[in-house]
Amino acid sequence: MFTYIIRRILYAIPILIGVNILTFALFFIVNTPDDIARIHLGQKYVTQAAVDNWKTAHGYDLPLFINEKKEGIQQFKQTIFYQKSIKLFAFEFGSSDAGQDISYDIKQRMIPSLFIAIPALLLGLLVNITIALLFVFFRGTYIDTGGVIICIMMMSISALFYIIGGQYVLAKLLKIVPVSGYEAGWSLLKFLILPVFIGVIGGVGSGARWYRTLFLEEINKDYVKTALSKGFSEVYVLFMHILKNALIPILTGVVVLLPLLFLGSLLTESFFGIPGLGSYTIDAIEQQDFAIVRAMVFLGSVLYIFGLILTDISYTMVDPRVKLND
Amino acid sequence: MIDFFKTLRYIEFSPLLTDWLLYLLITMLICFFLSIRSNATLIEPWKKVIQKPLNIAVILLLSAFVLITLTDSIHVEILPNHPMEKNYPNTYGAGQTRSLLDFFTKEAIEHQETSYSAPFALFAFTKENVTQNAKITRDYPRLHYAGQHLKKESEKYKDIILKLGYAVLQALSLFILIIGLGWLYQKIRFKHAVKKTHGIKFPIKTFLGMLYFLLFLGSFISIMMPYYHIMGTSKVGQDVLYEALKSIRTGVLIGTLTTLVMLPFALLLGILAGYLRGWIDDVIQYLYTTLSSIPGVLLIAASVLSLQVLMTSHQDWFSSMAQRSDARLLALCVILGVTSWTGLCRLLRGEALKLREVDYVLAARSLGVSHFKIMLKHLLPNMSHIILISIALDFSGLVLAEAVLSYIGVGVDPSAYSWGTMINGARLEMSRMPVVWWSLTAAFVFMFTLVLSANIFADSLRDAFDPRMRDQK
Repeated sequence: MFTYIIRRILYAIPILIGVNILTFALFFIVNTPDDIARIHLGQKYVTQAAVDNWKTAHGYDLPLFINEKKEGIQQFKQTIFYQKSIKLFAFEFGSSDAGQDISYDIKQRMIPSLFIAIPALLLGLLVNITIALLFVFFRGTYIDTGGVIICIMMMSISALFYIIGGQYVLAKLLKIVPVSGYEAGWSLLKFLILPVFIGVIGGVGSGARWYRTLFLEEINKDYVKTALSKGFSEVYVLFMHILKNALIPILTGVVVLLPLLFLGSLLTESFFGIPGLGSYTIDAIEQQDFAIVRAMVFLGSVLYIFGLILTDISYTMVDPRVKLND
Repeated sequence: MIDFFKTLRYIEFSPLLTDWLLYLLITMLICFFLSIRSNATLIEPWKKVIQKPLNIAVILLLSAFVLITLTDSIHVEILPNHPMEKNYPNTYGAGQTRSLLDFFTKEAIEHQETSYSAPFALFAFTKENVTQNAKITRDYPRLHYAGQHLKKESEKYKDIILKLGYAVLQALSLFILIIGLGWLYQKIRFKHAVKKTHGIKFPIKTFLGMLYFLLFLGSFISIMMPYYHIMGTSKVGQDVLYEALKSIRTGVLIGTLTTLVMLPFALLLGILAGYLRGWIDDVIQYLYTTLSSIPGVLLIAASVLSLQVLMTSHQDWFSSMAQRSDARLLALCVILGVTSWTGLCRLLRGEALKLREVDYVLAARSLGVSHFKIMLKHLLPNMSHIILISIALDFSGLVLAEAVLSYIGVGVDPSAYSWGTMINGARLEMSRMPVVWWSLTAAFVFMFTLVLSANIFADSLRDAFDPRMRDQK
């Protein structure tokens, strides 16, 4: 088990190097630092001196790969590739193009993201599984067919409509909750209700349908027939056998998402004015802050790979058939 | 229509880049259907698809969307001195790039109001200073174009009902014409042979009902559009229905061209990895694991940002606005395609791993058939159901993704028509008092219809093609 985890972590390293090189190429080979400086300084009538100034201030004035002016190891250290890309491995994100410390910002903004993401995930799971169990219990009846049709319809509505519609109806017309905002302390609760609610509703369509397929796959298996023919009631079999066995794919599907919860949701956070990492990313995209976007891309893939490793570990915990010794 | 043919001399066929790709895609689709037409096993699932009434309705709806996309993808450049320029200066101005759809909806282009107005309204939505009998009062001003043919404003509802009646009749006559032509075609085609139904129960009632509904919608829009703003006007006074109609092309193109970009990567790399194994498999696996480990939105955002810089630093690459926004659309499709081939590639690799051990592949290999030929003749056709299902399932996701990306600011060019741009603008409109609801509604109705039909169609394809699904029934 332990050696397996070590191996998985070692295997993650070349992937992260790949991500690193890819983002570097995307930001520095496709466009020169001069282009980036011009975008930030405004397009026209920018002197070369101003461009050079900006580059020096933000550390873009170094050569890409090899600094011939320096000697020894400094030849590689005093380059954009080392300063901007290699340092990401140590989670040193440097400062943003606007001059802020990115690592500090990320630490500050992780927590608000989690306040939205965790309740939305847990409540979503509960609602989706309950609805899917209902579908399976009433399978073959109009409740099932109608439910699936409603699910497909809900899947076909863009997340933007859920947010705009929810804000309009619940916050503006009925005035149950505030439209948007964020506050520390207990008063945070009233701000969280709407985004969490909308997050759950937006995911019901695809979620309930997916879990229904999982349950239906289990229901045709032999152990279900055996249990039913032994005289167990359908409800008992549904909860004690089918749900239990279907939890394996459900859990592992959720585990991979867990680390990514830190990143928050781009749409929800920007619509509801929540100062999390999602709105941080959106702001960075709008301001064309490449340093932040690069940091977020790297952080995102680290978290995703971490999620994959967690998934493998959780497999061994919930499914005794899986052994990771090889 | 006739005036259009007369004036062909004054226009020049000048398709955009995405137009050519769409033509290519359509040609490929036609070739695909012609090639499977005689193959009984490949055509069998399709027969199953068209026997369900819901599928027929959905297929008709989707064809209507595709038809609008096609008419909006035949672009022409207007040459100087176009005879219609006098009456329609915006549409037929020299040097404009217009599509066929623009010619059908030229009134909507010309009838530009000053700002918001509600659907079928005669008056503007906001009060302005109006001079009446040398006195300035604050009132809702009369719209410049909508309902100007009416003698009295109170005649509006009578006029609308009358036009509705016209639309019903026009649709009916078109309907009869189409059915007549279809009947005639059958008569000639099956003159001597006994008509073969191939045991298909074609849901003719649904087909006719849906056909009439679509014809009615078409007639309704074409009759109403010159006189009213059916879905109101936007902030700059543009007809919202026109915006929504133009957005169809963007949505459909993103859903289809992305597939065109993605397919070669996924097919080639997936089959090569699964079939050849060894170091090629390792390299390809590394490639797609790396790409898929970056969260999709972030990778797309990073690519689009980088592209934006590239396009602003090289303004000279594009000679016109239309070309620029078209290049941006194409680039978006390419970026979406390059970032999304990994899923299908992984599926195909798994399938190729399974298929390479199957008897007929072993037999072919022992007979000395080359690797390339085995992949082309034995592996590819037996994976076609996976490819088809995944394309269909991806389509709706891509249409939805476009709206979200446009909202984040990494979608299509801000000057291009798209549902995402409309929704983005509607966000501010919803916080006005009273609410401007029609832009959002129009975008919602169009997007929902397209995505829902695509979802239902994809499901029915999966039911018909997936062997696992077939066994269950």
